[in-house]
Amino acid sequence: MDTPVGEQEIKLLLNDLIELYGYDFTDYAKASLKRRINRLFTLDRFPSFAEFRYRLCNDADYAKRFVEQLTVNVTEMFRDPKFYQNLREHVLPVLATYPFIRIWHAGCSTGEEVFSMAILLKEANLLHKSLLYATDLNSQVLQKATTGIFPMSQMKQYSENYIAAGGKEDFSRYYTASYNVVKFDEELSQRMVFSTHNLVSESSFNQFQLIMCRNVLIYFEKELQGRVFALFDDSLENLGFLALGSKETLKLSPIISKYRQEGKEKIWRKIH
Amino acid sequence: MAQNSLTDFQKKIVVIGGSAGSLQVILHILTYLRPDLNIPVVIILHRKNDSDSSLSQLMGLRTSLPVKEADDKEAILPGHIYLAPADYHLLIETDGYFSLDDSEKINFSRPSIDVTFQTAAEAYGAGVTGILLSGANADGVEGLEIIKSLKGIIAVQDPKTAQVPYMPQHAVDSLPVDHLLTIEQIPGFINRL
Ligand SMILES: C[S@@+](CC[C@H](N)C(=O)[O-])C[C@H]1O[C@@H](n2cnc3c(N)ncnc32)[C@H](O)[C@@H]1O
Repeated sequence: MDTPVGEQEIKLLLNDLIELYGYDFTDYAKASLKRRINRLFTLDRFPSFAEFRYRLCNDADYAKRFVEQLTVNVTEMFRDPKFYQNLREHVLPVLATYPFIRIWHAGCSTGEEVFSMAILLKEANLLHKSLLYATDLNSQVLQKATTGIFPMSQMKQYSENYIAAGGKEDFSRYYTASYNVVKFDEELSQRMVFSTHNLVSESSFNQFQLIMCRNVLIYFEKELQGRVFALFDDSLENLGFLALGSKETLKLSPIISKYRQEGKEKIWRKIH
Repeated sequence: MAQNSLTDFQKKIVVIGGSAGSLQVILHILTYLRPDLNIPVVIILHRKNDSDSSLSQLMGLRTSLPVKEADDKEAILPGHIYLAPADYHLLIETDGYFSLDDSEKINFSRPSIDVTFQTAAEAYGAGVTGILLSGANADGVEGLEIIKSLKGIIAVQDPKTAQVPYMPQHAVDSLPVDHLLTIEQIPGFINRL
């Protein structure tokens, strides 16, 4: 019982994707990629690999779907509350000393992370002088992020996360509910800029005091992780912060020598 | 190519999956593992998704072998006990390291036993031993089936000894299980692999 799309076939698909559409997934971690591709193959009920490949090569809309389905977009607000508490208590006071704060959310998915950050900034009275650049490879999730509209069904969990992260307000003051969705206040989204950006192929576009890239690098092989760390290093001001997901680390990268980990959470500060 | 070299050398790995009622079994296994065990053991245990590391500490008290939560891109070493971190799937790459994945839950579970079992089978082939313990979930059976189809060994905790027999019973009913083991037999079984 082998998976319908094996390693050799995956190589073919990834090559097609680069040559025809410019998306490079070749240095993504293989086991996860293989699962995503086989999941899509089954989901879309292709009778054979040949038909799968034909569709990818000849239907640009399908190629878009392919890319969107390969990426994992799972996210939540105040994910890992202790991490956000740490940002609030240790990173924001430093950012407060700058006249203008620039933050990059790389791989922001549907935006829950960006709205969480905006809430922290607002409560620290820093939002008015901050700009949050939120990027992702997948334009569909960015579109969702731009609306600031999230399912009502998630709010109980998010509000618990918010409180566990040290939030003191009534979480529902930040949104307006209607039917089964909520819309977060324009005041929060006004300070956000959304744009597509591919960490694999695009370069640095600004200088930041804080870069958040959480649960994106786990999908990359070590060597690609290293290249992306170099990109972040290029994009981070001296004494800026780099924040990763709870299971990601800078330890394996050569840039580590320029950084110091701050506390127990996955937050590093650029010190050279 | 790197991905063949593993199976050429016939490297071994033990993957253990458990859900409700399996923590005590795992602690028992750890207590009686040989201190000079020279294969890696990977444990996937369903649990609440509070990501504190107290579980691996608790497990570490039972054995002199190093016990830790698996990190992303960490190399898999013989004689080490790895625990799947809460709220991530734990995947095994063909060239002998872990990667993590936070995609959708499977059978209401993340980590999913099936995901680790399947990727272990694809990376280690006949070198894999999969062991399924007590639980109320459907997770793990498909993974065992894949291990079996790629020539690995599959073992199941005897449902009669399981606090929650559903999961091992499901495996016994649907697969040609190689070994049916009581709790006391499991550590010895691993020590002899
Ligand atoms: C699991 S989500 C993480 C969302 C959020 N940062 C969090 O931790 O909750 C991973 C995101 O990374 C994006 N991504 C994957 N590869 C990328 C790339 N090469 N460049 C930019 N974004 C990428 C995916 O589209 C997805 O939205």
